[in-house]
Amino acid sequence: MAYIDMAQVKKRISARIVLNKLAKVCFMVATLFGLIILTILLTRVVSEGMAWINLDFLTGKLSTQADRAGIMGAILGTFWLMVVVGPVSMLVGVGTAIYLELYVKKGKLQSIIQTNIMNLAGVPSIVYGILGLTIFVRAMEFGNVVLAGGLTMSLLVLPIIVSVSQEAIRAVPQHLSEASYGLGATKWQTIRRIVLPAALPGILTGAILALSRAIGETAPLVVLGIPALLMPFPGGILDKFTVLPMQIYYWTLDSTLVAEYANLAAATIVVLLFVLFVLNATAIIVRNTFQKRY
Amino acid sequence: MSTNSPVTKTDVRKMIMHKSKMKQVSEKMEKLIPVLLFLIASISVLITIGIVVTLLSETVEFFKRVPLWDFFTGTVLNPLSQDAKFGILPLLVGTIASSVIAMAIATPVGLMSAIYLSEYASDGVKKVFKPLLELLAGIPTIVYGFFAFTFVTPLLREFIPGLEPTNILSPGIVMGVMIIPMIASMSEDAMNAVPNAMREGALALGATKLETTFRVVIPAALSGIIVSIVLAVSRAIGETMIVTIASGSSKNFTYDITQSMQTMTAYIVEVTGGDAPAGSTIYYSLYAVAATLFVFTFMMNICARYVTHRFKEDY
Repeated sequence: MAYIDMAQVKKRISARIVLNKLAKVCFMVATLFGLIILTILLTRVVSEGMAWINLDFLTGKLSTQADRAGIMGAILGTFWLMVVVGPVSMLVGVGTAIYLELYVKKGKLQSIIQTNIMNLAGVPSIVYGILGLTIFVRAMEFGNVVLAGGLTMSLLVLPIIVSVSQEAIRAVPQHLSEASYGLGATKWQTIRRIVLPAALPGILTGAILALSRAIGETAPLVVLGIPALLMPFPGGILDKFTVLPMQIYYWTLDSTLVAEYANLAAATIVVLLFVLFVLNATAIIVRNTFQKRY
Repeated sequence: MSTNSPVTKTDVRKMIMHKSKMKQVSEKMEKLIPVLLFLIASISVLITIGIVVTLLSETVEFFKRVPLWDFFTGTVLNPLSQDAKFGILPLLVGTIASSVIAMAIATPVGLMSAIYLSEYASDGVKKVFKPLLELLAGIPTIVYGFFAFTFVTPLLREFIPGLEPTNILSPGIVMGVMIIPMIASMSEDAMNAVPNAMREGALALGATKLETTFRVVIPAALSGIIVSIVLAVSRAIGETMIVTIASGSSKNFTYDITQSMQTMTAYIVEVTGGDAPAGSTIYYSLYAVAATLFVFTFMMNICARYVTHRFKEDY
């Protein structure tokens, strides 16, 4: 009598193989699920909004009448917001990263700042909005102007820029800065002329991604109290403003009252997604063109 | 050409002076820069202190007016009525309901995507799918809010007759879709970090790919997977725009997910949008709710860090 019943073994193995194949299909369907939703979302938005995009819509002022409404104010607002967020978050973010990577000694101070940045990354965006409302809008009395919104957004994207910059700086090989020291350069000279230029593509890529996060973010600005119908175009960082996501928000909410507002919201989404797409494409191009592998 | 030009003594002296001056400047710079960078780096700590102090001081003011016990056990929230009541439970139920719905979708789908991408997919398929998933993660939440409100809710109402125009189910589902890429990419990273030798060991013993995945890869990557889920929950709790748009502002205490429910984040938006006068109890309630939200997400993040440190296995 055989110890191994081959028939049974074959049966079990084939069952296990079939199960494996079934699971593979399941996993693939799950992966496709997200992509299918993405496709539905994009086709929905484009089909509802595309017809509403024309020159008048892009360059016109806001209006309660759907067919006369334009989003120039929101586009300019987004632009001015980036004028604040870009320099502020880059300066603070890259400065913090340099300090953490190149100056501070490993120890308590370093771990406090590092842990702190990780914690900040997990704070919900709306809490930043409340911080901005309390400190920039009320305590410093800026009011709900571009500067207040920009500083709030800078705080929000700071953890992203810090961690990306840290990685970029860490990726610069040691021998480059050692060669610089060997030629008699001081520490700051080495950082400014060797380390930062080598890390720049990585830092820029991260900064662009952080900016695109700030462009799409709505919650902190809702809390700051951006008005729904703001007619004058913002001309500087001390003007009141609105941005593309805020306009989408108000139009979506009011689409129960005026059906065309849903189309306006969709059209604005198309514009917003286009801006984000351009930014992300730029980030990828920057990374692929300038990134050196050492 | 410069070799022929005559160099006088004064020229040399000037050059030496210039050089030593430059040296002094750069020495000063060397001392100044670390101080400057320290000040910049401390801004991030100041932000945290700022968040904690503002939330705490105004919350303390709130609890002088509304007893702590009433706030955390009250099932009635009607800040605008004459006899205003501030119970946070309706908001907590709303927040938990939307997060549970979101996680019920995002966890299985996200994990299955992670398994597919890390264990089954070929490199070519991976190269196509991963950027597409990142695209899904890069879409602003306001767009998901629009999608939930104008597409998912009407669609669901075809199948569920009792569904209100604003309800917690639809934003919960959409939030789940939003979180899928987060769980998928973090879990995939964790699974990728499992060394191939372990997989090959299991396969050599006759295990199928599925068995290898569930008995070897997932147990080895468990800490990373748990962290991805915990962080996803934290993200779901803090998510604002989708629920604000698609779930309405009903403050009823209910467990019915076909009804409108308000989350903590949506309450904050409603109160700040309504121009609550500074100093009123409603105004302070904003900070109490925000503090609760902050504590929740903060605990999640601490928990994630603990899991990472405690259970991390280096191969």
